[in-house]
Amino acid sequence: MTTPVLDALDALESEAIHIFREVAGEFDRPVILFSGGKDSTLLVHLAVKAFAPAPVPFPLLHVDTGHNYAEVIEFRDRIVAEKGLRLEVAHVQDWIDDGRLTERPDGTRNPLQTVPLLDTIVEKRHDAVFGGGRRDEERARAKERIMSLRDGFGRWDPRSQRPELWNLYNGRHAPGEHVRVFPISNWTELDVWRYIQRERIELPSIYYSHRREVFRRDGMWLAEGPWGGPRGTEVLEERTVRYRTVGDGSCTGAVESTATTLDEIIAEVTASRLTERGATRADDRLSEAAMEDRKREGYF
Amino acid sequence: MKTQSTARPCKQVALLRFATAGSVDDGKSTLVGRLLYDTKSVLADQIEAVQRASVDRGLATPDLSLLVDGLRAEREQGITIDVAYRYFSTPTREFVLADTPGHVQYTRNTVTGASTAELAVLLVDARHGVVEQTRRHAAVLALLRVPRLVLCINKIDLVGYDEAVLTAIGKDFAELARSLGFESVVTIPVSALVGDNVVERSAHTPWYDGPTLLGHLESVPVTPPEADAPFRMPVQYVIREHASDYRGYAGQVASGTVRPGDEVVVLPGGTRTTVTGVDTADGPLEQAGAGRSVTIRLADDIDIARGDVLAAAGTPPRVTNELDATLCWLSDKALRPGARLLLKHGARTTQVIVGVLGDRLDTDTVSWADAPEQLAINDIARVSLRTADPLPVDDYADIRATGSFLLIDPPTGNTLAAGLVGTPLTLAG
Repeated sequence: MTTPVLDALDALESEAIHIFREVAGEFDRPVILFSGGKDSTLLVHLAVKAFAPAPVPFPLLHVDTGHNYAEVIEFRDRIVAEKGLRLEVAHVQDWIDDGRLTERPDGTRNPLQTVPLLDTIVEKRHDAVFGGGRRDEERARAKERIMSLRDGFGRWDPRSQRPELWNLYNGRHAPGEHVRVFPISNWTELDVWRYIQRERIELPSIYYSHRREVFRRDGMWLAEGPWGGPRGTEVLEERTVRYRTVGDGSCTGAVESTATTLDEIIAEVTASRLTERGATRADDRLSEAAMEDRKREGYF
Repeated sequence: MKTQSTARPCKQVALLRFATAGSVDDGKSTLVGRLLYDTKSVLADQIEAVQRASVDRGLATPDLSLLVDGLRAEREQGITIDVAYRYFSTPTREFVLADTPGHVQYTRNTVTGASTAELAVLLVDARHGVVEQTRRHAAVLALLRVPRLVLCINKIDLVGYDEAVLTAIGKDFAELARSLGFESVVTIPVSALVGDNVVERSAHTPWYDGPTLLGHLESVPVTPPEADAPFRMPVQYVIREHASDYRGYAGQVASGTVRPGDEVVVLPGGTRTTVTGVDTADGPLEQAGAGRSVTIRLADDIDIARGDVLAAAGTPPRVTNELDATLCWLSDKALRPGARLLLKHGARTTQVIVGVLGDRLDTDTVSWADAPEQLAINDIARVSLRTADPLPVDDYADIRATGSFLLIDPPTGNTLAAGLVGTPLTLAG
């Protein structure tokens, strides 16, 4: 009477759905971080599946650096409307305008997301915050729990993490603390793409190959934008590129690629010699422990 | 109504979750590094980062353990502090590896890694054979009922690829494994440093005709023992949709199989009813097995809430307020009889009072010792517990999901212990 063993993608999907339902059962005011990028789009897809045919019982939150690609913002708003979801947006620009944040000399706004995120969590009294972080992305994330406690300052303390046993998640927290939840912790980049293909999940067009004006900086192709550049000897040139990750325009690079379909992207990811963050994220190149340090301060 | 890509049907690839355990100098990080490296799961920028960091530390060769040790404190101290999860795949299978460090908080880390593992790889050094740490780790793996065990005898290059050494250690370990209740152990001679029998078959061990480590990981059955156990599912959430008058009970099948038409009992209440639908967002299923998240519709309108358990009506779990259990104590804060704590079982959290402490497992000698006055970190002991709410439980030895629980500290919310219903470890002799 044995049923067939679950396929890897089915097992990962079931695990993520279990996590969404645990949070729905144990927390009062969860929120899903949604940027329109592939990992958070996957999160929203899984959340919809976890509660169907009922609506997703949480709103979405986007911390908008103001340095986003127009295609991604258009996609974000369309998905929210199509799926009947609620979206809160925290604009980094508002924090800069009223002096709570100062623009960095290098123009990157990625690290500036932390304060608006923490302020919004406090203001809206969110007690659980879903993120699309995966353990295969980065070494510090490999040690992150699926449910990870943050103190009143939003800080992560890697030395005092709760042991995570079986599929029994302990989300207990004091008032003012909150829990970050990572339902796709155990997915790899390739799992994400295979699942996007299987489920026919729509993504912003910039994940697929297109012609774009870009300039070279620190070995990455950056697009022209309000985040600064090209500067000095940097020259704009048109290239055939796509994005492997989507973040703040100042620190997210494109890769040269002719992949226009999911099959081609999967073939490219399979053959890639670089991790997605190593290839296209300047924010992780700052130091050996850049991600751990940002996470300690309350970043995702 | 599953949407399938017309471009290419998805190939079925199974997922194997496994854990590695070994003492400090057995070369576990090197073995993990070797598995990742030889399956091409480590990419150029990660290798470069490790090379850069190794040069910074004045090392002549890249230290593969830096691939695993991700935290600042770990790199500064040159040790692995916490369980790390690693991912690699081959064309036939995907692997989630829980890499559990051997020294500090070894019980906490081994218990954590073993709790989700369907297989464990235990390492010994060919020069030292079965040592105290091996016994300790094997005892914890046996207690946690990891279904399959692999013994890797590492550093065989340092004993001249001597078959007699392998045979002697294998015999020693087989005896230990039998006394701990493991039905079978696969023993593989390897050199993680050189790469013998990890991914590539070694030319130095013509006398060995078993599989390589990866070959074994790729071919071992992944079916959990719970697949053939009676049906259990803790209800996590009640899904209601008013427009279509939909009401379903959402959860992940913990054991067995559920089909429309099955008679189930709702516990702890005890009401019986019939399954009318096993739903997913992609449409109804004919059946769902262990590990699958589903939403179950029932024939009768019964009051069911989060925390209740749906179970096969003919073979239900027992419902009780009194638990005889085994605790793995994971906290620096000691446990004394009479403590008032919280207990999380399935989707239910209830208050619990700790009764008398029973025998303590002496992991050095792998035998039960007299009851201690209190439990300290890394202690494993029997205990009696009384819960405020009745719980539907199975012995951990029968069904892991309904036989496991957490003990939680009410003021801090910290997880204090991993709990196992009954005494899952029976020591022979």
